[in-house]
Amino acid sequence: MIFLVLGLTIAVTTVVTLVTVTRAMNADIANKLDEFGANILIVPKSDELSLNYGGLAVSGVSLDVQKLSEADAAKIKTIKNSDNIKIVAPKLLNIAPIVQRNVMVVGVDFPRELQLKKWWKLNGERPSNNRQAIIGSEIKDQLRLEIGQLFQIKGEDFTVAGVLEPTGSQDDGVVFIDLKTAQRLFGKPNELNLIEVAALCYDCPIEEIVRQTSEKLPGAKVMAIRQTIESKMEAMHRFEHFSYGISAVIVLVAALIVMTNMTASVNERTREIGIFRAIGFRQVHIMKIILTEAFLTSLLAGVMGYGAGLIVSRLVTPMLTMNGNGDISFNYILLGFSVALAVLVGLLSSIYPAYKASRLDPTVALKAL
Amino acid sequence: MPLIQLENVQKIYNTGNEHVHALHDLSLGIDQGEFVAIMGPSGSGKSTLLSVLGGLSQPTNGRVIVDGIDVYALDVEKRADFRREYLGFVFQSFQLIPYLTIIENVMLPLVVTPFARVERGRMAIEILEKVGLRSKALRLPDELSGGEQQRVAIARALVNQPPIVLADEPTGNLDSATSEAIMQLLHKLNAEGHTVVIVTHNPENIHDVDRCIHLRDGKLFVEKGLAVHSGEMASAELEKERL
Repeated sequence: MIFLVLGLTIAVTTVVTLVTVTRAMNADIANKLDEFGANILIVPKSDELSLNYGGLAVSGVSLDVQKLSEADAAKIKTIKNSDNIKIVAPKLLNIAPIVQRNVMVVGVDFPRELQLKKWWKLNGERPSNNRQAIIGSEIKDQLRLEIGQLFQIKGEDFTVAGVLEPTGSQDDGVVFIDLKTAQRLFGKPNELNLIEVAALCYDCPIEEIVRQTSEKLPGAKVMAIRQTIESKMEAMHRFEHFSYGISAVIVLVAALIVMTNMTASVNERTREIGIFRAIGFRQVHIMKIILTEAFLTSLLAGVMGYGAGLIVSRLVTPMLTMNGNGDISFNYILLGFSVALAVLVGLLSSIYPAYKASRLDPTVALKAL
Repeated sequence: MPLIQLENVQKIYNTGNEHVHALHDLSLGIDQGEFVAIMGPSGSGKSTLLSVLGGLSQPTNGRVIVDGIDVYALDVEKRADFRREYLGFVFQSFQLIPYLTIIENVMLPLVVTPFARVERGRMAIEILEKVGLRSKALRLPDELSGGEQQRVAIARALVNQPPIVLADEPTGNLDSATSEAIMQLLHKLNAEGHTVVIVTHNPENIHDVDRCIHLRDGKLFVEKGLAVHSGEMASAELEKERL
């Protein structure tokens, strides 16, 4: 009986550890994924193409059929899977002449933009007021602007606070200024024409978030950028499948251990079962006795296995996650799952030994008689 | 009609290619309230007879009728119910469950009855009182002497108030003084109305029995008896032939 409990406990421990660690790793990767940038773009619905941003057609300044507003940006946080929305970065894109050249001026919410584009390497400083700008490396070369230098957009003065190192993206040719200032400057209060969203959901498809967002924003076009996320997801899911596979094998082995132990226990207690039968226990009574015993031992193993699994996970997770986060909390669902698993395995693999026990010939079992 | 009626009972064990005739076409009746001893050398089939009587071992041929019930016509579960209601078993090696206390051992047959737990306890105490072991109700079997253990076994056999007590060598593991006490207890039960059938080696045990049935090679001899039932005639004749 000790080996039965032990075997089952170890099996549950391993399964709990695998599940917990996999989850922790997924969550860890999920937290890191916003470093890979936006994966959803929202633009106004439009019939004509005019502006181009990173290969994506963005609606023209005056041709937007339905305009996006800051209220729309706020709505994104109200979708069902809002927990999976990490960052919402609203933008207003415009063309304006600076030093006799037409360049793209993008109004952004600087804190959110910097949070979204973690890969940006900024020379100089982050803008601290709405008269400061960040410029791309190509702009710096073309317009010969340096950090701290003044320049004018539509007659208003701005200072270069920071210069981006070359990113190889459209950002190299952009002047970033404060969103509110841009809206006032271009006479488009509260208007947006691009929202970049970093969303993450490692157990639900990004398409689902896109769908939910589209529902909230009927006047906008919501698009997912797939490649960035999907390969990451794939890697995570592969590891998940691998650990589930291992868990299945372990559960199978545990089932065999239970069966062997129960059979041995039944054989050991042949005489006892014979007495029970002789004094009038039915075959179903014998089965009930054996299965009750299996149930109780499995229950114990389930609880102990969960506890041990929790401890092992706390020890192992910091070694496997990027940020070394071993903060695994008590989880009632997983406890319930562990107990259910142990009891299921314990009972199912005891059915045959119990059946065998109930069919024992009482005279053979008693020998004495 | 006798309480227990065996009709042409035959039991053949098949071991490999060998057929062992443990019981040969045996007919026998035991009346309500009788105290019957079954004697015979080892291998004569007396234990087989007891297990056939006790609904534990299906005869190859013939019928066992107890209180009008054709025992082996019952399905296996109903036969368990029958054993519980009609029979109390006492075994040579006591067969107590070592990890249960005395009172739990005695209560065992009641576990599968609808009696409430308190009622079961009361019944067990009552019967332990009768066999003189009430004070040891909470001990484990190992802490008791052989004679005491056998009295516990008898208490267990009786807790259901079965009309029939079947005892297989109840004194086989006991010294003569203790054996005597156990036999007295069985006689006391018999006097209270239980029909008692014992299998024994010991000639001491058959002094006061109503009838002694001798078995040899699975066949019946009647030596001491108040009544010879019709079913036993064949064996009686057989005996005459031998003489």
